[in-house]
Amino acid sequence: MPANAPYELSIHEAQAMLRRRALSAIELTQSCLDRIRQVEPRVRALLTVCEEQALRDAREADRLLTSGEAADLTGIPYISKDVLCTTGVATTCGSRILEGFVPPYDATVIGRLRDQHAVLLGKSNMDEFAMGSSTEHSAYFPTSNPWKLDCVPGGSSGGSAAAVACCEAPFTLGSDTGGSIRQPAGFCGVVGLKPTYGRVSRYGLVAFASSLDQVGPFTRDAEDCAIVMNAIAGQCEMDGTSSPVPVPDYRSALKADLRGVRIGVPREYFIDGMQDAVRRSVEDAIRLLESLGATVDWNVSLPSTAYALAAYYIIAPCEASANLARFDGVKYGLSRDGATAEEMVIASRGAGFGAEVKRRIMLGTYALSSGYYDAYYLKAQKVRHLIGAEFDEAFRSYDVLATPTSPTVAFPLGSKTDDPIQMYLSDVFTLPVNIAGIPGLSLPCGLVDGLPVGLQLLANRFGEETLLHVAHAYQQQTDWHLRRPSL
Amino acid sequence: MALSSEEVRHIARLARLALSDAEIARYATDLSVILGHFQALQELSTDRVPAAAHASLLQNVTRDDTPRPSLPVEEVIANAPRKQDDCLRVPPILE
Repeated sequence: MPANAPYELSIHEAQAMLRRRALSAIELTQSCLDRIRQVEPRVRALLTVCEEQALRDAREADRLLTSGEAADLTGIPYISKDVLCTTGVATTCGSRILEGFVPPYDATVIGRLRDQHAVLLGKSNMDEFAMGSSTEHSAYFPTSNPWKLDCVPGGSSGGSAAAVACCEAPFTLGSDTGGSIRQPAGFCGVVGLKPTYGRVSRYGLVAFASSLDQVGPFTRDAEDCAIVMNAIAGQCEMDGTSSPVPVPDYRSALKADLRGVRIGVPREYFIDGMQDAVRRSVEDAIRLLESLGATVDWNVSLPSTAYALAAYYIIAPCEASANLARFDGVKYGLSRDGATAEEMVIASRGAGFGAEVKRRIMLGTYALSSGYYDAYYLKAQKVRHLIGAEFDEAFRSYDVLATPTSPTVAFPLGSKTDDPIQMYLSDVFTLPVNIAGIPGLSLPCGLVDGLPVGLQLLANRFGEETLLHVAHAYQQQTDWHLRRPSL
Repeated sequence: MALSSEEVRHIARLARLALSDAEIARYATDLSVILGHFQALQELSTDRVPAAAHASLLQNVTRDDTPRPSLPVEEVIANAPRKQDDCLRVPPILE
C-alpha cells in the first residue's frame, strides 16, 4: 500500500494536516471510503456504510476548517458500533429483531461527535446485542481478524476493533459490558478504552446490562484515545448514571516519564491454561514500564478474581433478560403475527433473537425466577461487592494494575461457537473490571504467530488519565501500535 | 444441576420466547452446564457481605419535572410494523 495514504493517518496526524489545509476532510473521507471498498470484502467489519451522508458531512467540515471554526474532531472520519443510535442511519445491534430500525434520535456520544463535525462513515458489526466474544454471534455475518483472516477479531465490538486495525477509519466507538472493547482491541492490536462506569453517557446505547455497560473508543494510539475521550466524556442529563465528576483534558496526561507511578501485577491474572507467549509478552511490557521509572510489585493478590466469571454470567444475563423485554414486535423491528398480543410477542421474539441471546435471556430469567433469586442473583451481587472492595484496597497501594487483556491471542473462527463456557472464558481478565466499574485500557504489546497480544491497564474510578499516561509512555518506546496487518 | 425440558419450557414461557423442541433440548443441556459452573460461588462465604447494587457512586439522581417538546408522533412510530391513526396496532389484548 502507498506510504502515508490519508486513511493510514492517526487522528492527531490528520488533525494537524486538516488544520494547515495540507489535507481536506473530503480527501480524508474519500480515502477511508476507498480503503473500506478495498478491504471490506475480506474483513467484513461493517454492517452499514453511509457514503453520501459522509461526503456531505465532510464538505461541511471543510467549510468550518477553512473559516477557522473547527473543533478537535472536525473532519475526522469514524465508525460506530451498531449498538449506538444514529439519526437516519439503520441501527441493528447485530440482530434480526432490529432489522430495518432507523432511529429518530442520536445517542449522546454520536450527538457530541456530530456537534464537532466528525464524519460518520458507517456502523460496525458486533455480536448480537453485544453478547459474545468473537463477533460470530452477529445475526448477519462473522468478521475476520485483519491479522489472520481465519481468526476472530474478538467481540462483541469486533467490527469496530477490526476497522481501526485495517485502517478503515482512524477511530471507532464500541461498548464494553464485560470486555467487549478491550478484548477485541487486544485481538486486533489497537488501543481500546472502557471508561469508568458513568464517565461516558449511555443514552442511545441499546442496553445490554445497564449496571455494567460503558461506551468507549478504539484508536491506533493513546494520544488519539485521549482526543476522543475529550469529545465524548462527561455528564448527560439523559443518563442518570452519568457522573458529575469534572472531565479533565486527557491530552495533558500524556507524558513519557513514569517516575512515581506504582504498578501492581495481580497473580490471579496469570493462570494455568493461558498461552506462555502471551504471558511473556505482557511480562516484557511491564518490565519496560519499570525501566521508564515505574515501580512494579509483581506479587499483588485479588483473591476473588476466580469468582468474577460466574458472578458476571449471573448479573449480566439477569439485567439483559429485563432490558430485552422491550423487543416485542410492536414498536420496531421484526414482527410475527399472532391471534393475541401475547402470541404475537412470543412468536416475534422467538423468530427475532439468535441462539446466544436466547441462551442469556433464558439464563437470566431462570436466575431471577421464584425460588432461585437468593442462590444466584443475590449471591452474585455479594461477590460483586467483594471484587469491588479488593480493587479499592489495591488502588490504595498502586496507581495501575497491569494484566494480560485475554489469556490467548485471537482464536480460529468457529473454534468456540459450540462451547459457551470456552467462549465466556476469553473474557476472564476483562469482566472483573465492569463488575467494579473501574476503567480499563488495552494496548498492543507483542505479536504471537502473527497475532497481536494485548496489555490491559486498570486504574481506580476516574483514573483514565493514569491509564493514558502509562499507555502513552509505553508507546513512546515501542512500535507495536505502529505495526499493521498486510491486507 | 440438570434442568428438565419441562423447566426449560417454563422459563421460556416466563421470558415470552417461542422455542422449538430442538432449542428446548439444547438449552436444557447448556443451562445445566452453565449453572453447574456457577456452583463455584457457593464455596465463597458471603454471610456478612452486603450485596452491591451498582458500580456507580451516585444516589437518587433527580431532575425537575419540566415539560419539553418531544419528537413528532409520526417519527416516533415510523419504525412500527403495524400502525393506524398515529397509534401502534396490536392484536386484541382482552377477549
